Amino acid sequence: MLDNPHPAHVVHDPPHKGEGKAPRLTLSGISKSFPGVRALYNVSLSLYPGQVTALIGENGAGKSTLVKIMTGIYQPDAGEISIDGQATSLPSAHAAFGHGITAIHQETVLFDDLSVAENIFLGHAPRTRFGTIDWRTMRKNAREVLETMRAGHIDADARLKDLGIANKHLVAVARAMSIDSRIVIMDEPTAALSMKEIEELFLLIEFLKSEGKAVLFISHKFDEIYRIADRYTVFRDGEMVGEGLLKDTGQNEIVRMMVGRNVDHIFPQREPKIGAPVLSVSGLSHPTEFDDIGFELRKGEILGFYGLVGAGRSEVMQAIAGITRTSRGTISLDGQTIAPKSAADAIEAGIVYVPEERGKQGVVIGLPIFQNVSLPSLARTSKSGVLRLAEEFSLARSYTERLDLRASSLSQDVGTLSGGNQQKVVIAKWLATTPKVIILDEPTKGIDIGSKAAVHGFMAELVAQGLSVIMVSSELPEILGMSDRVVVMREGRIAATYDNKGLDAETLVRTAAGIAA
Amino acid sequence: MKNFLKYRETWLLAGIAVLIGLISTRFPGFADPANLRQVFNDTSILMILALGQMVVILTRSIDLSMASNLCFTGMVVAMLNAAHPAIPIPLLIVIALLVGLVLGAINGFLVWRLNIPSIVVTLGTLTIYRGATFVVSGGAWVNADQMSPDFINFQRAAFLGLPVLSWIALLVIALFFLAMTRTQIGRSIHAIGVNPTASVYAGIDVGRTKFIVFCISGMIGGLAGYLWISRYVIASVEVANGYELNIIAACVIGGISIAGGIGSVGGAVLGALFLGIISNALPVINISPFWQMAISGSAIILAVVLNARGERRQGRIILRKAEAA
Repeated sequence: MLDNPHPAHVVHDPPHKGEGKAPRLTLSGISKSFPGVRALYNVSLSLYPGQVTALIGENGAGKSTLVKIMTGIYQPDAGEISIDGQATSLPSAHAAFGHGITAIHQETVLFDDLSVAENIFLGHAPRTRFGTIDWRTMRKNAREVLETMRAGHIDADARLKDLGIANKHLVAVARAMSIDSRIVIMDEPTAALSMKEIEELFLLIEFLKSEGKAVLFISHKFDEIYRIADRYTVFRDGEMVGEGLLKDTGQNEIVRMMVGRNVDHIFPQREPKIGAPVLSVSGLSHPTEFDDIGFELRKGEILGFYGLVGAGRSEVMQAIAGITRTSRGTISLDGQTIAPKSAADAIEAGIVYVPEERGKQGVVIGLPIFQNVSLPSLARTSKSGVLRLAEEFSLARSYTERLDLRASSLSQDVGTLSGGNQQKVVIAKWLATTPKVIILDEPTKGIDIGSKAAVHGFMAELVAQGLSVIMVSSELPEILGMSDRVVVMREGRIAATYDNKGLDAETLVRTAAGIAA
Repeated sequence: MKNFLKYRETWLLAGIAVLIGLISTRFPGFADPANLRQVFNDTSILMILALGQMVVILTRSIDLSMASNLCFTGMVVAMLNAAHPAIPIPLLIVIALLVGLVLGAINGFLVWRLNIPSIVVTLGTLTIYRGATFVVSGGAWVNADQMSPDFINFQRAAFLGLPVLSWIALLVIALFFLAMTRTQIGRSIHAIGVNPTASVYAGIDVGRTKFIVFCISGMIGGLAGYLWISRYVIASVEVANGYELNIIAACVIGGISIAGGIGSVGGAVLGALFLGIISNALPVINISPFWQMAISGSAIILAVVLNARGERRQGRIILRKAEAA
C-alpha cells in the first residue's frame, strides 16, 4: 500500500477464521420511512472482510435507501450500525468517509475536468511543507495506486472525461484505495459496461477481496452475482428476507425469496372484454436501444411490460409515443400505419405516454392544477390560439373528479400536492386528450398504497370503457395483478410474451434475467 | 404561487412608492401626477424592451442582441425617412417591426435548428447587428435635421392627455398581458420554462416556441428602434450601446427568474419603472452617477435574493404538505 495520509484509519483486521470471521460492518434492525412510504423495516446486513456480499432485490426493495444510510446521506429512524464490533453512527457523508466507507455508483461521482491524480487525491492531497499541493508526490502516489490495482495503463495526468466508464470505475476504486477504504459499496457498477469491461471490473473486485476489503455488490444480474459474490442478502419490500452463502443456494431459491410476498394489496377484479387489435407494432428497431420489437395491443386490454431496469421498455414506449425516432419497423393504430414525429403527432393520433419520472417529465410544478391538466389539450380548449379558461376549467374538473383528486382548488399549484395526487393530475391530463391507447410507465412508482389502489382501480375502469393500456412496470405484483398479457423484455429485445393465466412471478424473473428454468 | 407573485409585485410597487416618497422629500414636485406621467413616458421604451426580453427569459433563454437590433432597425428607419420623407409613420413602424422580426428570427432559427445556446447566439448577433448598422450607414449619422417633422413628432403628439409613446407602451403591456394569460403560446412559453421535459411529453414543440419568443423579442427590438431614434433624434452606430444590460436588469428587478419559468408582465413593467425612476430622478436631486449605479446594482442583487428565497419557500411548502399527508 501507499503512504497513508490518514494514519488513524490503519486497518486492524480481525483474525481470519474462514467463514467464522467477524463482520467488518453490521447493520441491525434498521428502519427508515419517508412520508407515505416505508422504505426499510428492521433490516440487517453484515459485510465481511475479504468477501463480497451481493444485495439482491427488486426495484423499490430498499437497496438504494440502505446504501444512502451506509454512506451517511440518510439517517435511519431506528437500528444500529457497528464497525468492527464497535457501535457507531454515520451522521454525515463525511463521517462515513472517515470510517473508510466508499460507494462507487452506476454513474461515478467524480470530477470530469480534473486529472486522474486529482480525482484520486481530492480532499487529501499530499502537501509540501509550505502547505501547497505537492503535485509531484500526488502523481507518483496516484501511479502507485493504479499499479497495485493492475491499472497502470491509466495515465495519472489524463482528464477524467477522456476515460471510458470502466476506467472511471477504476479511478473511483483507486480513490477508495488511497483513502484506505475498508468497505466498498458497488451500486450496479456493471450497468453501463461492456462484457470486456465487466471482466476487468471483476478482476478488480478480486483484488479488493485479496486486500481484505469488505465489498457490497448490488446487481440485478444473476450470472454476475454468482460469479463474483460470496454471500447474499435478499431484500423485498423494504425487509430482509434471506441471507447466506451463495455456494449453498441455487438461483431459483433466490428468485423465490425475491418474489414471494404477503398480499398487502388487493387488485381490482375485472372481467376483461378483449376486442380486436388496436395497436400493432412490428419490427420496431432503434440503432442502439432496441431491436425487432413486435406486439399487439387489443381493445380493452392491459398489456404489461416487464423487464430489468435498462431492458429498453421505456425506450420502446417513447418511440411509439413519437418522442424518439426509430430506424425500422411499423406502428399501426386501428389498421392505419402511423409514423409519429413528435409527441403532438402521437397525441393527435390517440396514443399518449405517461412518463416514469413524475417530477421531471410529468407535472409542471409552478403551474396550477387546471393548467397542468389542460396542457396537452390546449389545441382543443383554445380557439385560434386564444385560451378559453371556462373550457379548461371544466375539462380539468371532470377528469380530476373522476380520479378523486384531493385538492382545495384547481388553481392550486401542483407542487403543493402529495406524490399520489400529483400522479392523479398527470393521469387526468393524459385522459383529457381522449386517447385510444394509454401507455403508463411505472404508474405507481414511489406513491403510497392508497394512491396505488386508486391508480389501479382507475386503470380497470379505463379498459372497461374500451381503452387499451400498456403498463410498463418493474413491480411483479402489479404486473401479475393487473395485466391480461405480459411482454418480457431483456437487453432491448422481447424475450417472451405470456398470457396471464396461471403465470407465476418466478417465470417472469427468470425470463427477464435470462436464467434457464 | 399566484399569491406569491402578487406578493412580489406588491413588494416591488411598495419599493417604488418608497423611492418616489424619498425623492419627493428632496424634490417636492416629483410625486405630482404630471411629473409621474412624464416618468412613465420616459420609461416607456425600457418597459417595452423588458417585456420582449421577459418572454425570452421565461423559456430559459436570453436575448443579448436586443439593443443592437434596436440600433440597426432605428438606423434603417431613420435612413428611409431621410431618403423618402413621404412614407407615412404607421407604415414606417410596420417596417421597423418587420426588420426587427427578421433579426429576431435569425436568432431564433440558430437557437432552434442548430441548437446553439441562446447566450452564445445572441452574443454573436449583438456584434453582428451593430456591425451591420455600420455597413448600412457607412458609419454616418442621421441627424435631427435630416428627419421629417412627422418622424420626430409622432410619438410626442398628445392623445387623451398622454403622449403617443405612453399609449404605445400601454398597448404593448396590454397585448403582452393578454398573450401571457389568454393564449396558447403564452401558456406554452410558461410551461417550457418551468419544465421543458414535461412540455415535450405534453406535445409542446419546445424548439418552435423558442423560435417564436425570439421573433417576439426581435419585433419589440425593432419597434423600440423607431421609438428610440425619434425620441433622441439621432441615429448612429453607438445608439443604445450596452443597453441590453439595462433591459435584463429591469427583468431581474421585476422578479423574472433567469432560470426561466417564473415571471409576469406586471413584474417586468415594474422592474423597468424602478430603473427608470432611478435613472431619471436621481440626477434631479443631485445624486452622483456613482450612487445611481450603486442603487441599481443593489436593487438587482436584492431582487435576486428575494427571488431565491421565494423559490426556497416553495420547496418547503411541498415538504410540509408531504409530512402532513
